[in-house]
Amino acid sequence: MELWSLLWGGGGCSLLGPPSSAGRSVPAFKQLAQPRSWPAGAEQRRSQDFLGNQETAIMAGKPTLHYFDGRGRMEAIRWLLAAAGVEFEEKYIATPEDLDKLRNDGRLMFGQVPMVEIDGMELVQTRAILNYIASKHNLYGKDLKERALIDMYIEGMADLNEMIIIFPIHPPGEKEAKLALIKEKTTNRYFPAFEKVLKSHGQDYLVGNRLSRADIHLVELIYNAEELLPGVTASFPLLKALKTRISNLPNVKKFLQPGSQRKPPMNPKSLEQAKKIFRLP
Amino acid sequence: MAAKPKLHYFRGRGRMESVRWLLAAAGVEFEEEFLETREQYEKLQKDGRLLFGQVPLVEIDGMELTQTRAILSYLAAKYNLYGKDLKERVRIDMYTDGTLDLMMMVAVGAFKPPAEKEETSAKTRYFPVFEKILKDHGEDFLVGNKFSWADIQLLEAILLVEELDASVLSDFPLLKAFKTRISNIPTIKKFLQPGSQRKPPPDSHYVAVVREILQF
Repeated sequence: MELWSLLWGGGGCSLLGPPSSAGRSVPAFKQLAQPRSWPAGAEQRRSQDFLGNQETAIMAGKPTLHYFDGRGRMEAIRWLLAAAGVEFEEKYIATPEDLDKLRNDGRLMFGQVPMVEIDGMELVQTRAILNYIASKHNLYGKDLKERALIDMYIEGMADLNEMIIIFPIHPPGEKEAKLALIKEKTTNRYFPAFEKVLKSHGQDYLVGNRLSRADIHLVELIYNAEELLPGVTASFPLLKALKTRISNLPNVKKFLQPGSQRKPPMNPKSLEQAKKIFRLP
Repeated sequence: MAAKPKLHYFRGRGRMESVRWLLAAAGVEFEEEFLETREQYEKLQKDGRLLFGQVPLVEIDGMELTQTRAILSYLAAKYNLYGKDLKERVRIDMYTDGTLDLMMMVAVGAFKPPAEKEETSAKTRYFPVFEKILKDHGEDFLVGNKFSWADIQLLEAILLVEELDASVLSDFPLLKAFKTRISNIPTIKKFLQPGSQRKPPPDSHYVAVVREILQF
């Protein structure tokens, strides 16, 4: 399997444990959990965290995000929730055992994270989660045709974002070539496409003259690209303007400030931790 | 009368096959224009018809749609194969996303050395999930007791993996029954017959043509 899919998919580990008899309204494997034993101190700390956060989350009806403490594939979900003004909790996967527990409890449909608890469901698959949140919060266009345009744009963004997400994981020897590829795609394929869309209608938002998820995802992508390639937006004035405009929306502005749930770029330490969690070499 | 959708792609499965399946299952007639030369591809790009310079491209309802998932979602919604509400839709999205992950692995597998075993993923990660879903609700279709995109996508994936490993369903009796049931839906049955627009597995000629056109 590709290195990238190993990282986020959690390797070739199969879905462990026998199927459950206890059903959930959502189609996930769930089995009557046989708790693992781990050091008493850790358990206590964990259950305190768990009860504290979980009770609050359940009472407030807040979504709970399950992922490691880093961007990866969950970051787009954090951006979208934040932009929609939705408060959310996070339960961090800090060790391989944490991930095992989620799998053994049958909470990860395909054995993978991201997983988001929301509205009584345990959702997996980044796109499915994003689609749900966008629909629920009216950020998915007004009709089927607007939705199709949004989908087309965001799928292109996802392709570029994928390269950026994976970039830190490449071995040092490959990094230069990968960075050159990202630069090439950003400046020759993706940014020109979106600049053209904005130019073609001259409106403030990508689709339907109204804020949608497409604008949120694009601005996130612009920030991500600029971190890797400073100044890359210089020759795309309309993208620059969109970035400024969206960044000034109150919810987004708040998310961009220190102390928000936005995660920093990966550093060598967080990369090591992620590799440990997903049991990567 | 509305014009038929028109598909632009290579004469082979690749990323367009799921679109053909969905249209066929929905009983929608469609046309195809096959990319056979680099020049044709460059023309599509120069004419500005490929938003990100890539195929698949589907002309439908006055739009030129690219990006496979965008196309599939549009078609599913248009032809009432996307569930009755948001909660059904999210389940369909989860199932199709998982299945598409599996199928994309198989699709690019044709272009790689034969090291990887996508059928293992099918057996250990994906098929058990769908077997359990069918077992838990005991219904004929994956979501909402009604035929949807999720059923079409799963059938396509099953047939694809069976081409790599004919016995892959041996531990999954409900998926076996599912496969038979969905294959017998009239529109799908027709699509599965010789002479339909269904494409054969990639061969070395197809791989060569794609490499030549996309220059990799």
